[in-house]
Amino acid sequence: MSSIAAALAGKRIAITGSTGFLGTALVERLLRCVPDCKLALLVRPGRAGAQRRAEREIWRNAAFDRLREELGAKGFADCIASRVSVLECDIAADGLAAAPETLAEIAACDILIHSAASVAFDNPLDRAVETNLAGPLRLLDTLHTHNASPHFVAISTAYVAGTRKGDAEEQLLSTTPFSVSVDWEAEIDSARRVRQRTEDESRTPERLAHFTQEASKRLGAAGTTALATQREHLRERWVEDTLIEAGRARAASLGFADAYTFTKALAEQALVDRRRTVPLSIVRPSIIESSLAEPHPGWIRGFRMAEPIIINYAQGILKDFPALPESIIDVIPVDLVVAAVCAVAAKPPPEEPEVFHAASGSVNPFRFQELHDWCHDWFMEHPVYDEHDQPISPPKWSFPSRTRVAEQLSRAKRTLHITESTLRMLPVRGAAAEAYAEVQEQRERLDRVAEYVDLYGMYVECDATYLTDRLMELWEALSEDDKAAFCFDPSAIDWRTYLTEIHLPSVMATARVKVAPASKKDLGGRLADGEAADEDSAPDSPLARWLPSARRSEHAIMERRRKQILSPDRHLAAFDLENTLLASNVVASWGWLATRRLPRSEQARIVARALTEAPRLLKLDRADRSDFLRYFYRRFKGAPTDQLGDDTWEMFSDMLLAQAFPAAIRRVRRHRDLGHRTVLITGALDFVVEPFRPLFDHIVCPSLGTASGRYTGRLTATPPIGENRAQALRDYAQAEGLDLAECIAYADSTSDLPMMEVVGFPVAVNPEPKLASLARRRGWLVEHFSKAPGGPRKLIPIAPAGAAR
Amino acid sequence: MSRRDAPAPRPGFVLETDRSTPPILFHHGEGFRLEKLPPGRSRVIYPAESHEGLADPDDAIRDALANPLNSEPLAALLRPDMKLTIAFDDISLPLPPMRRPDIRQRVIEAVLDTAAAAGVEDVHIIAALALHRRMTEAELRHAVGDRVYDAFAPSGCLYNHDAEDPDGMVVVGTTDHGEAVQISRRAAESDLIVYVNINLVAMDGGWKSTATGLSGYTGLRHHHNVTTMRNSRSFMDRHRSELHRSNWRQGEVLANAGIKIFQIETTVNNNLFGETGPLSMLQKREWEWSAKDRAAFIAMQTGLSVMPRRARRRAFQQWLAPYEMTSVQAGEVEAVHERTLEHVFAQHIVPVQGQTDILTMGLPYICPYNVNSVMNPILVMCLGLGYFFNLYRGKPLVREGGVVIMGHPTDWEFHPVHHPSYIDFFEQVLTESTDPLVIEERFEKQFAEDEWYRHLYRNSYAYHGVHPFYMWYWGAHALEYLGRVIVLGGDPAAVRRMGFQPASTMSDALEMASDVVGRQPTITHFHHPPMLMADVE
Repeated sequence: MSSIAAALAGKRIAITGSTGFLGTALVERLLRCVPDCKLALLVRPGRAGAQRRAEREIWRNAAFDRLREELGAKGFADCIASRVSVLECDIAADGLAAAPETLAEIAACDILIHSAASVAFDNPLDRAVETNLAGPLRLLDTLHTHNASPHFVAISTAYVAGTRKGDAEEQLLSTTPFSVSVDWEAEIDSARRVRQRTEDESRTPERLAHFTQEASKRLGAAGTTALATQREHLRERWVEDTLIEAGRARAASLGFADAYTFTKALAEQALVDRRRTVPLSIVRPSIIESSLAEPHPGWIRGFRMAEPIIINYAQGILKDFPALPESIIDVIPVDLVVAAVCAVAAKPPPEEPEVFHAASGSVNPFRFQELHDWCHDWFMEHPVYDEHDQPISPPKWSFPSRTRVAEQLSRAKRTLHITESTLRMLPVRGAAAEAYAEVQEQRERLDRVAEYVDLYGMYVECDATYLTDRLMELWEALSEDDKAAFCFDPSAIDWRTYLTEIHLPSVMATARVKVAPASKKDLGGRLADGEAADEDSAPDSPLARWLPSARRSEHAIMERRRKQILSPDRHLAAFDLENTLLASNVVASWGWLATRRLPRSEQARIVARALTEAPRLLKLDRADRSDFLRYFYRRFKGAPTDQLGDDTWEMFSDMLLAQAFPAAIRRVRRHRDLGHRTVLITGALDFVVEPFRPLFDHIVCPSLGTASGRYTGRLTATPPIGENRAQALRDYAQAEGLDLAECIAYADSTSDLPMMEVVGFPVAVNPEPKLASLARRRGWLVEHFSKAPGGPRKLIPIAPAGAAR
Repeated sequence: MSRRDAPAPRPGFVLETDRSTPPILFHHGEGFRLEKLPPGRSRVIYPAESHEGLADPDDAIRDALANPLNSEPLAALLRPDMKLTIAFDDISLPLPPMRRPDIRQRVIEAVLDTAAAAGVEDVHIIAALALHRRMTEAELRHAVGDRVYDAFAPSGCLYNHDAEDPDGMVVVGTTDHGEAVQISRRAAESDLIVYVNINLVAMDGGWKSTATGLSGYTGLRHHHNVTTMRNSRSFMDRHRSELHRSNWRQGEVLANAGIKIFQIETTVNNNLFGETGPLSMLQKREWEWSAKDRAAFIAMQTGLSVMPRRARRRAFQQWLAPYEMTSVQAGEVEAVHERTLEHVFAQHIVPVQGQTDILTMGLPYICPYNVNSVMNPILVMCLGLGYFFNLYRGKPLVREGGVVIMGHPTDWEFHPVHHPSYIDFFEQVLTESTDPLVIEERFEKQFAEDEWYRHLYRNSYAYHGVHPFYMWYWGAHALEYLGRVIVLGGDPAAVRRMGFQPASTMSDALEMASDVVGRQPTITHFHHPPMLMADVE
């Protein structure tokens, strides 16, 4: 047995962060290579509870495949049961949010390896502080309370050295000439106050007004609940963003890349200050990447720092990168870090705090130029494919300054941003609105890339070399057995092999990108306009084959959704009228009816007057559709009821049917054939929709009051708009004993969100941009119904001249 | 020189093409093509020039009413307390619609004059449209004239036939072939039905007027079906048409049920595009086109090419033919119809020697079912393989297993109000099968009895749900008989959906036909309209 294994044998080792990348690898190595140690894993309960989380996030991980194979399923389960205890606690909460027995158990361990950290670069200041800085202190407090002094092995990061250049020694920060003395206690207090202040600030009337405005911009008149939810979401986002920015600013002011390194540096200081008799070792890894050999080559967990960069590079999105080509990128495979931690933990507890770098830069430097060239060559051979099944040629980086890349990116972003906001304002629908959702997605992707460049750039730009003299000293002292079982010698890495045979294949295997073109089938004949949405096209229809594969998979998803919707299991299908079943609106209906019995000259006058009013009406409609309808319908005051009744039948043919979407009407009928109830929910007046009655089991629509054979111009009840639609649907479903989860709602605008949200199967029809983007995010079925090609078009909604004399 | 002094109209004839034959005019939807046909083995069948119209149509009508065939004069059939129903042919006749005054207006006014003189009070005037779409007010006014419309429509005495009115239809009996005879209740209960017909082609008129025009699905399905259509060789030749035999059987039942019909049939000449005027070259033979005709044609082609599609359609649909009435005969149905057919054949028949391998035709912008509407792909099929293919007496123009090349853009376009069931037929039925028998068996009933289509037929302006099926059956014999159907200049997707082959040029089309009929086929072009009917020996 190696001396490291021997030293750790029989020890009780407590580990935090075991659900993380490094933590999982550490647990695996200890269980596999140190036969007799007992592990206490400190796991945050989350929603599922600590045990379930450990089961799901640790034991099922591929890291344990090797051990599971060696021991067999039962042996593995026994091993965990006998050697591992999962302790429920949260280091970001006061008192670790743990039961007294748990605390006692933690204190009873021989070694405490603290690997938990909030590693995201874009952490809000207070979360970084609570986890990275206050977290280890809480562990220390627990030990002090129980008068325990186990060997405290803290995992830090090499980047606590800050963004400076030159050599970084393996010593406490306070002893280096570069350290700036900071009162970490004051930082904790301040971070908490900033959180409080930001929360308060987010609730001021000015801020709330801003959120209200933004929510309306995004959702339009979507109804109170939907808007309130959106506003609250925006407020929370704003608080987060503000705190992230606060963290970044504070870190930068002290020469750190981000809140993560900043809080880790403070944590080292705090541990030293507070440790009393607790022996402390600090291991500072650089950038941890996939494993070199253990438990198997290329093992990686989650997306690490470099992966998004690599994938964006392969996709040709990241056209250039701000780095010095000759600079060292300090990467260290995870298994080497694990071995180093084990070796440090196995040492006798030190009197004075000791620091070790787990880094490669000083012994076996890996240059940025090499990384780029090898990646380029590899992706030339193993390209990623675009949505047209064309291989993407990886770009050649020229290694410009960070500002230039940032400029390039922000230019692209600006263009997309302008496109996006223009599209959002345009009264477009259907395919154009889909384009909006696509632009939005692209812009968001670019946003992410910019963020990576911003954050990651700092790491690669910083030209520090992390010395590993002490680590190598530890290495040299090891026996051959130890060296074989716990290799942490960075010079053992052949970078080219590691990158091209281990790391990239592993990353690309898990990345959700296309690494092979879709198989080419024959391209079927064109399908006519508007048939894309037709329910009759089977998954293997010519259309499906005609689409490029990315769209094809989207098409397959839509097909699946459509199949769900057209299953006899559904109960009810609710339809909006305007722009869902036909391309007309209440103003057009009024225009037609009002001009029906007028001579041409009078018709022109009415049209002219309506046009001058249009902007005001549009504004009113956008602000509140119910109010708009109430206001607008007053125009029917005094209209004879029987005459309008007759005229609407003519309008039905001359305007409504002429502007109808045949595929939409076919869909209504299809639902009826399947035994679903069909319901029309519309703001259009009862006499206008009367001719559609044979299509529906139930119609929810407003009606006007009457007095002595004439309309009063006042609605008899609140029109079914916004929440009222949802309510009307709920009432009908309840009265008829139908399950809303089995209902379908077709609508075209965000003002129908409440109705779409109450049903199990919302369908966006010819969605306006806002709804298109929502539907895409939520994975709703999107249908494009169009008017019959060749049908009559009505530019101005007036009745045929002299039709009724 | 007035028309009366013009030389006698030349009969139709068959031109054998040679190298000097100019390109031949093909109607092509809302446009035209000029196609050069292979010399030496192609022929072109030209219609007869337009016959002279009656000098005084109103006088002729009065004369026909007073001296009917096998019947007492109309005036003698009328009495004050009677129920009189005047039924007239709907918007599908004539094609294109004629200039005012419409023949129907002249005849109905004459009938009403006679009825008024006899003191008849209970008069209903019905557009006998069977399962066609209802006529709009403007269309009714055009057909019967404002005077008749304003006198009868406001009181509800002038209206469209409604074959789906549950109380308005009655089955009066069954033929010895088990065919139900269904007719409008008002007509059945009338003391006299006066039927006002325009006999544009040989298919129209006779018992088909009443037994079909005033009937509904219950009665029509006995002859509007695949078997009947396949056994009508052709349905333009009344004596060899199962369609007509069935209608005649139904007529017999009507007559035996005591329903009295006074049939008034009229014929028109071939003057579709005018003897003079901007379109006159369309009824001239290409080598006789004057410089002015050529210039007008080029100007028209240029104009059409820059016009948006909708504007082009509107322009064509606005054309009213300067038809003239060539005969009017009244009285007992069968006697009247025999006389009518003589007149129709006199204008239309062109003798043709022998069949051909390839029949080419240029389909115009209009057929009976797209007046003021859209010629959708199904109607293109019906016009080509139904009407044009069947305009023969004796044998079809094309040999069995031969090829039809029909030119039409066949745009994937539909009128959403007039043809809603066509849209669904195209999407739901033709995607499953194009075989008329399969379609009839699997889908007809469902479409015919569909509540929504019924609703649209009765209350909007839609063709009945079953109508697209009839269109497909109209071409059933051709579909079975032909080796291949090629649509010249047709939208490929729409053409393929119907099971035909699209070709963009005539040489492509001939190339495609060659694997069915060989490299040196005989070709016959059916130069129509103006109307012609081939008498094939």
